Amino acid sequence: MALRRQKGVTALLVGPAAAFFLLLLVLPLVVVVIYSFGERGPAGGYTPAFTFDNYLNIASRGQAFLNTLMMAPLGTLLCALVAYPMAYYLAVKAPARWRVMLLVLIIVPFWASQLLRIYAWLLILGNRGIPSLLELVGLEDVRLVNTRFAVLLGMVYGYLPLMIFPIYVSLEKLDKRLLEASADLGAGAWRTFRQVTLPLSLPGVATGSLLVFILLMGEFIIPALLGGGKVFFIGNALVDLFLQSRNWPFGAAVAVSIVAIMLATIAVYMRFLLGRNQLRQEALI
Amino acid sequence: MAEDAARKPIVVFRGVSKFFGEVAAASDISLEVAAGEFLSFLGPSGCGKTTALRMIAGFEQPSEGDVFLDGVRVNDIPAYRRPVNMVFQSYALFPHLNVWRNVAYGLLQRSPRPSRADIDRSVARVLDLVQLNGFETRRTWEMSGGQQQRVALARALINEPKVLLLDEPLAALDRKLRREMQIELQNLQRRVGITFILVTHDQEEALSMSDRVCIMRQGRIVQIGKPTDLYDRPASRYVADFVGKSNFFPGTVGEVAADSAQVTVASGVSLPVNRFGENMQLAKGDSVVLAVRPEQILLTRSAESLPQDSVVRVESRVLNRIFLGEHTEYLLSSEGLGEFAALAPRQSELVESPFETGEIVTAGFRAEAAQALAAD
Ligand SMILES: Nc1ncnc2c1ncn2[C@@H]1O[C@H](COP(=O)(O)OP(=O)(O)OP(=O)(O)O)[C@@H](O)[C@H]1O
Ligand SMILES: [Mg+2]
Repeated sequence: MALRRQKGVTALLVGPAAAFFLLLLVLPLVVVVIYSFGERGPAGGYTPAFTFDNYLNIASRGQAFLNTLMMAPLGTLLCALVAYPMAYYLAVKAPARWRVMLLVLIIVPFWASQLLRIYAWLLILGNRGIPSLLELVGLEDVRLVNTRFAVLLGMVYGYLPLMIFPIYVSLEKLDKRLLEASADLGAGAWRTFRQVTLPLSLPGVATGSLLVFILLMGEFIIPALLGGGKVFFIGNALVDLFLQSRNWPFGAAVAVSIVAIMLATIAVYMRFLLGRNQLRQEALI
Repeated sequence: MAEDAARKPIVVFRGVSKFFGEVAAASDISLEVAAGEFLSFLGPSGCGKTTALRMIAGFEQPSEGDVFLDGVRVNDIPAYRRPVNMVFQSYALFPHLNVWRNVAYGLLQRSPRPSRADIDRSVARVLDLVQLNGFETRRTWEMSGGQQQRVALARALINEPKVLLLDEPLAALDRKLRREMQIELQNLQRRVGITFILVTHDQEEALSMSDRVCIMRQGRIVQIGKPTDLYDRPASRYVADFVGKSNFFPGTVGEVAADSAQVTVASGVSLPVNRFGENMQLAKGDSVVLAVRPEQILLTRSAESLPQDSVVRVESRVLNRIFLGEHTEYLLSSEGLGEFAALAPRQSELVESPFETGEIVTAGFRAEAAQALAAD
């Protein structure tokens, strides 16, 4: 009796999520996979077929893959490096009464649309922005916009809060007595940071990195605007294939490939993180 | 150990105060702890015990006064360079490290770092001491409260500190385990010979384990002494009430002699009192309270059977009987003394059956059982 009721409750709780998952995630993915084996119709779009041509063709978009697979991890890493000190300051050093306000200040820019914020950077980095200031001190012909640097900057800027918040949370909930215990046992501030604070905040770094990495893999606005067509991501390839050249099957194949690569990367990453934790616990030193 | 005057003090507080804004967590504390001593800070919540301990560890700096460790003024020496170690109330074990790493932590911070073989040997030795061999690769959160407590002890002891600080290390344990750990701690302290400073608000714990107990109240030390002295010669009503239980009977001082004074209690009986609170100058006519421990009061149905030297005998009505296992506590009321408590050991049931609520009995105690204290 009780068991049946419990099952009912479970179904009620899980049901909506499961339906959502099935309808909005699995179904589109299945459609995309089916499309990826089809052929382009005469006027674009999709005609049913079964061919591997689309996958064999992927090498023609190799540069986009290469760009994405290099810039996304690099952007994630830079983002983590910039976010950690900020999160550390917020969680540990900032006076408690300022903390909430500082956190809000971090989010405020994100109330404006991403497009606007990236456009703003276009102005800052463009010829009449920073380069014109550099000219005043005698540095001529500095090109910032339409470079990899600009794209990286945009990526770090665009996803910083997503990295800051998980790290902030993990640092915030860190038991301060552990730091005292470490000092009590003879470790100075830096050693305590390395041996206690950092390892215990790694879960936050991992969460943030995963979030940022996944989103960067699908990014297309930042490279399009700040990369000026020179730095082409898979996201841009997809926009092109689906909206401009209307080669849906090829676009689908590219999409399936990138999802597969992403899943594999995340799997390896998780395995690495978990394994590392296990190692720490089990190894003696 | 405390009476060994040849031992030099290892911890000295000289006029130490600590303010948190308006709150004085410690005011003008002066104290000397002898090397090898087992000292307890005892007091109610918020009286400043932890603060005192944290000033020795180096987590708080005194606002006024000086702290000396082994003859060196340590006010400006950070925690990580002080030769003391602390066992935290909630243990504060590192959750990301296994037992071995937790215990070895202190040695791994030394420079030059001891050899792996030396560290292994030391870890094995302290784990042996706390009976945790074989637990090296356990995660700390997979261990019971008592085991975690012992890891915390081992982690501190491995550094061979000059002073081991323990902040309510047993508070989280159940009564039986706590009792066992108290005995273990005491034995351990004798074996390693390290000075232990324990913070507790459990008076039984403080009395049973320590060489000396330091009673605190609102940031001040109110009395410091051997457990038996504190119990038998409390300096003030506060201490008499805090350490063990006590009845307080109001009285008036009569004739004062060199080392005793006649005190008349409200029942009209006058008794010669020869124990007094600290710094008491008695004069005829002063108001005092007489502190009498419940276990010093004998109850009986037949007044004749009271010992001849029981100077105080009062008819009392039993208000309540509380069974405490090894004792029975009675709450009584009498015309002369008001309400008071008496403790009867179970052996007394051999002579007289337990008293019933509402029964009229005679309560008696000797003059030596009473101590005169300031009336506040
Ligand atoms: N960091 C702090 N900031 C402000 N006030 C504090 C701080 N630490 C302690 N206090 C105050 O100082 C007083 C003494 O605190 P302390 O922690 O030493 O008490 P305690 O005797 O250890 O009490 P307990 O038995 O409850 O642990 C308390 O009134 C407390 O509120
Ligand atoms: Mg405390």
